[in-house]
Amino acid sequence: MLNTLKREWFSNIRGDLLAGTVVALALIPEAIAFSIIAGVDPKVGLYASFCIAVIIAFVGGRPGMISAATGAMSLLMVTLVKEHGLEYLLAASLLCGVIQIGAGFLKLGDLMRFVSRSVVTGFVNALAILIFMAQLPELTNVTWHVYAMTAAGLGIIYLFPYVPKVGSWLPSPLVCILTITAVAMIWGIDVRTVSDMGELPDTLPIFLWPDVPLTLETLWIILPYSLALAAVGLLESMMTSTIVDELTDTDSDKNRECKGQGVANIGSSLLGGMAGCAMIGQSIINVKSGGRGRLSTFVAGFFLLIMVVFLDEWIGQIPMAALVAVMIMVSIGTFSWESITNLKKHPLSTNIVMLATVSVVVATHNLALGVLVGVLLASLFFANKIGRFMVVKSKETVPGERTYKVIGQVFFASSDAFSQSFDFREAANKVTIDLTQAHFWDITSVSALDKVVIKFRREGAQVELLGLNEASATIVDRFGVHDKPEEVEKLMGGH
Amino acid sequence: MIQITACIDASPAASAVCDAAIWVSQRLSAPMRLLHVLERPPQSQTDLSGSIGLGSREHLLKQLTELDAERGRIALENGRLMLEAAQTRAQEAGLHDVVTLQRHGRLSDEVLPLCDDTRVLVMGRLGEDHAAPEANATLGSQLETVLRSVSCPVLVTTSLTFRTPERFMVAYDASDAAERALAAYADSPLLQGTQCHLVMVKHNDAEHLAKFTAARARLEQAGFEVVSAQLDGEVLPALMDYQAAHQIELMVMGAYGHSRIRQFFVGSHTRNMLSQSKVPLLLLR
Repeated sequence: MLNTLKREWFSNIRGDLLAGTVVALALIPEAIAFSIIAGVDPKVGLYASFCIAVIIAFVGGRPGMISAATGAMSLLMVTLVKEHGLEYLLAASLLCGVIQIGAGFLKLGDLMRFVSRSVVTGFVNALAILIFMAQLPELTNVTWHVYAMTAAGLGIIYLFPYVPKVGSWLPSPLVCILTITAVAMIWGIDVRTVSDMGELPDTLPIFLWPDVPLTLETLWIILPYSLALAAVGLLESMMTSTIVDELTDTDSDKNRECKGQGVANIGSSLLGGMAGCAMIGQSIINVKSGGRGRLSTFVAGFFLLIMVVFLDEWIGQIPMAALVAVMIMVSIGTFSWESITNLKKHPLSTNIVMLATVSVVVATHNLALGVLVGVLLASLFFANKIGRFMVVKSKETVPGERTYKVIGQVFFASSDAFSQSFDFREAANKVTIDLTQAHFWDITSVSALDKVVIKFRREGAQVELLGLNEASATIVDRFGVHDKPEEVEKLMGGH
Repeated sequence: MIQITACIDASPAASAVCDAAIWVSQRLSAPMRLLHVLERPPQSQTDLSGSIGLGSREHLLKQLTELDAERGRIALENGRLMLEAAQTRAQEAGLHDVVTLQRHGRLSDEVLPLCDDTRVLVMGRLGEDHAAPEANATLGSQLETVLRSVSCPVLVTTSLTFRTPERFMVAYDASDAAERALAAYADSPLLQGTQCHLVMVKHNDAEHLAKFTAARARLEQAGFEVVSAQLDGEVLPALMDYQAAHQIELMVMGAYGHSRIRQFFVGSHTRNMLSQSKVPLLLLR
């Protein structure tokens, strides 16, 4: 255990410290921007990012992944904050944490295997679009200065890394923010700044129990929000951990991550922060900067707080245009551009799943709904595909005696085709239905078979079924054969 | 098939591990298995630009994969050459049954499943991260984890060369671990024919002495030529002095009689012996 601890925390100290600092710098504008999306003071997002990052460093299941206040979560909070205020948001975040811990104990992290690749892509793209759309209010009905600053900011972000030497170790989003702020202050350009958006933290966070009446009524107000927050938070965290797993070629503990997210959200809400989850963009930045261990996440959260508390006056001077530039970078970096070129290569059903996920999210601003639709569509397409793996061959052995041989998978999606494969008009004395190479997966398929048999009997034929017991062995819900190859063979092979 | 497993890596002490394993293998007439585990060091990059652009995830994945692939190929090749060299060495020493095994992962994780058919595990005190083994007295990063987790006897080599033992020394303290160890080596052909020095430090009361005498009788009955001694003073220096004075070439002891928690607070004899001994140690669990 001591060894694991050492490996997860201190195996890459230099890389983790540097990457954590880079991430902390990038987290500040994001935390502020996401607070503004949710309609709360920037300090709520900043405290949340600090708490979540520091707590998840200890209790998370995926070392090196960055969690903080996120856009996906902020978008779900908008109406709650508007209608009931900050205290209800804190209560909802607390309940969200409790639900996530429950999900961790129920091992819901394992359910991620039902989320197909195209749903993940759709989720990521939808998230990028939402983050971009959230920046639009800052870019409408403003003077040309804002457009110029945003454009200049984007220019700095993307071109600064090409500057020899300095470019590779000074984070370009930081350079962008410093330059734009300096320009705005020196020329005294009158644009909206962070301090116009609400209160910034000037002290360390303090422990606060959300000030809401502990009644059933409160619960009914916050529960729908908490459920949505918990679902979206877990989905994004699970997907991000899959991405980090892939990038670093290491494993993560998904269920521990679920519980960790819950603990982090409870901690955040009790210190006056909103709920958050893992961040795809920041985690990529962390890995790219060389962060691998838990130390990087911890450093990110810790530095964030230090910088914010001691630089609060300066942070207030940052023009919103600079933040918008950073957020546009995040949305561009999060979007999977490869998926657009893949549209031509991938099969239609996959594309429909991806696009449906994106459209539902953009329409409802709820990532959980998008994923639900995506997963349902993907399952339907899959069922449809497997349903075609069924064929009924018919042969007249002796005049008046017919044998039907059923091959393949019979279940709800293929049972209609199954019933229609029999010729009931034929006047046969004896009908044999050979099921030795068929599998009946559900009750629908069994009742379809029953109907076929009854129909033949009504026509006056004598019906014989071959291999029914073996063919219907697959109906039981619990196979328990994952680790027994010989059982699988018995079940699936020609009995 | 019960085998002798030797853990080979790129450290300078690998040849000593190989020689020790050859000796054990010959004494026990058991086949030998050479294990090399490829561990991946954490990558460190210095792209601190902090920006992500078009397709940065795909790009990053490609970049990291290429980096790993390059390093992985070289490490794999080096490991294979190391194993081949060790295999040749063993075959030249007259062993015919030598197999090699290369795995990815962590040594402690990979050794464990091999324990079931391993009679003696041979490994070096220091890993390949430690350049000069004679200079510092620390332990390899994996050694203790492996020792704690495996159930088979472990022969730990401490220097760059291995000399065939003529005399071995038993640090006896009348504990359960010591009794279990005694039962193990007394009946084993491994040490038959070598002179046994049975040593006990500090315990001078009657009960310990009785057990000490019994242990001596047990060893003599098993056919050993036994020299027994009782020492005074601090355990570790006393044992070290005795070892130097009598040119002992192998230490035998029961390992880790106490829990990890106790080790954390009061330290462990095994750990101290491991880090300071100048001769190989045979640790019996």
